[in-house]
Amino acid sequence: MKNALEIKGLKAAIQGTEILHGLNLTIPKGEVHAIMGKNGSGKSTLAKVMAGHPDYEVTGGDVLLDGKTILGLEPDVRAREGLFLAFQYPSEIPGVTIANFMRAALNARRPEGQEIDAVEYYNELYKKMDLLKIDRAFTSRAVNDGFSGGEKKKNEILQMAMLEPKYAVLDETDSGLDIDALKIVSHGVNSLRGPKMGILVITHYQRLLDYIVPDVVHVMVDGRIVKSGPKELALEMEKKGYDWVENLVPA
Amino acid sequence: MSDTTLQEKPDLQIDQDQGNFSYPENYAFDAGTGLTDKTIDYICDAKEDPDWVREFRKKALKVFNEKPLPTHWASKDLENIHFDDFRYYLSKGAKPKRSWDEVPDDVKRTFERLGIPEKERAFLAGVEAQFDSEAAYSNIKKAVAEQGVIFVGSREGLKDHPEIFKKWFGKVIPTADNKFSALNSAVFSGGSFIYVPKGVKVKHPLQAYFRINAENFGQFERTLIIVDEGAELTYMEGCTAPKFDSVTLHSAVVELVAMKGAKLQYITVQNWSPNVFNLVTKRGLAHEESEIKWIDCNIGSRLTMKYPGVILKGRKARGEVLSIALANNGQHQDTGAKMIHAADETTSNIISKSISIGSGRATYRGLVHIPRHLKGCKNNTECDALLINTESRTDTYPAIVTRGEGNSVQHEASVSKVSAEQIFYMQQRGLSEGQAMSLSVNGFVNDLVRQFPMEYSVELKRLIDLEMEGSVG
Repeated sequence: MKNALEIKGLKAAIQGTEILHGLNLTIPKGEVHAIMGKNGSGKSTLAKVMAGHPDYEVTGGDVLLDGKTILGLEPDVRAREGLFLAFQYPSEIPGVTIANFMRAALNARRPEGQEIDAVEYYNELYKKMDLLKIDRAFTSRAVNDGFSGGEKKKNEILQMAMLEPKYAVLDETDSGLDIDALKIVSHGVNSLRGPKMGILVITHYQRLLDYIVPDVVHVMVDGRIVKSGPKELALEMEKKGYDWVENLVPA
Repeated sequence: MSDTTLQEKPDLQIDQDQGNFSYPENYAFDAGTGLTDKTIDYICDAKEDPDWVREFRKKALKVFNEKPLPTHWASKDLENIHFDDFRYYLSKGAKPKRSWDEVPDDVKRTFERLGIPEKERAFLAGVEAQFDSEAAYSNIKKAVAEQGVIFVGSREGLKDHPEIFKKWFGKVIPTADNKFSALNSAVFSGGSFIYVPKGVKVKHPLQAYFRINAENFGQFERTLIIVDEGAELTYMEGCTAPKFDSVTLHSAVVELVAMKGAKLQYITVQNWSPNVFNLVTKRGLAHEESEIKWIDCNIGSRLTMKYPGVILKGRKARGEVLSIALANNGQHQDTGAKMIHAADETTSNIISKSISIGSGRATYRGLVHIPRHLKGCKNNTECDALLINTESRTDTYPAIVTRGEGNSVQHEASVSKVSAEQIFYMQQRGLSEGQAMSLSVNGFVNDLVRQFPMEYSVELKRLIDLEMEGSVG
């Protein structure tokens, strides 16, 4: 499909143990999908496999970005093709400011010798920071170095805003956030959603979906999607618990 | 591989090949291979040295021959240096030119590719460009010369300014300081002689550029800088050599003298090819209330051994060493600093950052000496190491000797690693593996590099980028 991120029968393993057992999912551009699942259901594995984490081995299936496979590409090539992953645990990069880091990331998308103009860059950066209600001083800090959980996630969303990916995967973006931070991050994601971007929100709790209202909800159990439905499915899940869907797992 | 074919690759920009090019050899003076009394005579004749210099050299050769290699504490790799296989003096003619137009074409092109004339126009007060044994070009801006600043090669210094030269030459670093200072004293050629008169503050830096072009060659420049009372100077040196299969030796001696209240900053950015043994002795003598600061960036070479030092001779003198060493695959950076406190209320500061990549190895050796009878002395030492991948090795040997009360020393050390997760995180943002590592390294040295002059921090960042690109398999 031209305008979708498609996951077809994806199987993946870490150190010989298969975690994803043939997962199917399609996220059309312009939509927000949510994956709900218990710890250990393979949600974060899915995010990492799509992004090309070297610890995982793909043993079957395919991941297509606008109809082209991205499996086998280096993580940075996938990123430049338009795939963004907001990390559950973003790494610290001591000594590198957020502003410089994002500038380097943007320059990596441009032909050599055609670096982004500094004025143009800061105009764009400040515009996005205003949109996300982020203080100007934020970007002169070293990437995630000594950040609180909320600051780290805010940083992920800011990067997502600057890099303007075609598809964004948000891995447990709500974990470790208090309600205020959750509101800021959700506001950010909601400001970025639109016809040009497909978003996959991975979460353990229904709570996040009160703030980022998905178009489609998928339930993941043991490395597979077992149920999909409209946003109301999230509420049903919350009420009935995961036990309810576990019975749906094909034997 | 270098003698007949032109190894220039016109498609490649200089940025890409890191100075890895050479031109065919065409020397008017060649002392041949090996080192004997005759070699010294040849060098003295070629350079038209005065008798006292010939005598100085011959004494030094004796000391060199008698001194053992310092392998009881240093790398055994030193034993792979075969002193008889080197060529000790190669020159196209001893007199440096004052204009780039007069410089021989191949030499001029070399320095143009390294961007020297461009930098000279942009921000330097004077430039000396040494090609193998002698300076091919030496020029100081008129306004600076008119203030009485002398900036010439060692040969001109000892001939034209003997009253200043002889007073300090070999006094900060005696011939017998170590085997390599003795070697340099025997065969020295090129390097800078600088004198800044009382009260003169040289606004823009003076720069020397040392280029090795020939194979099996030893470069032995000798630099002597005297900054008189209340005067100020920033001096920068850059070094490159092409990559040969054989070993190249670079063994310089640099002596600095800061008179009362003077300020002297000496900046090195070396980018040697991985066949170079870089064994350099650098020391400054700081008089009352003066300040000597070494900024030392060591990239490349097979083995670098270099411990810039300051003898804090006068009350309230201040010494500083800020160093960065990057040891890539197969390289060993054995670097550090020496601070010899010899007067009350003297202060010293050492900040060392090393990066080891792959099988690269970084060693820090520090010596801080504060004797019992002194009061109010302070030293601060910080050593940080960054390891990239598990093979890397780093060692720290700080020797801090403090006696007496009322002196204070502070020492901090840290070792950190660039993790696979960190690289993956950066790659997910679109940076290649090399760019990601480069950014990590730049981040690691960032707080130190911020203290460097702008032009040099840009240069250093560029070199780190190149080095890291090359280290990704």
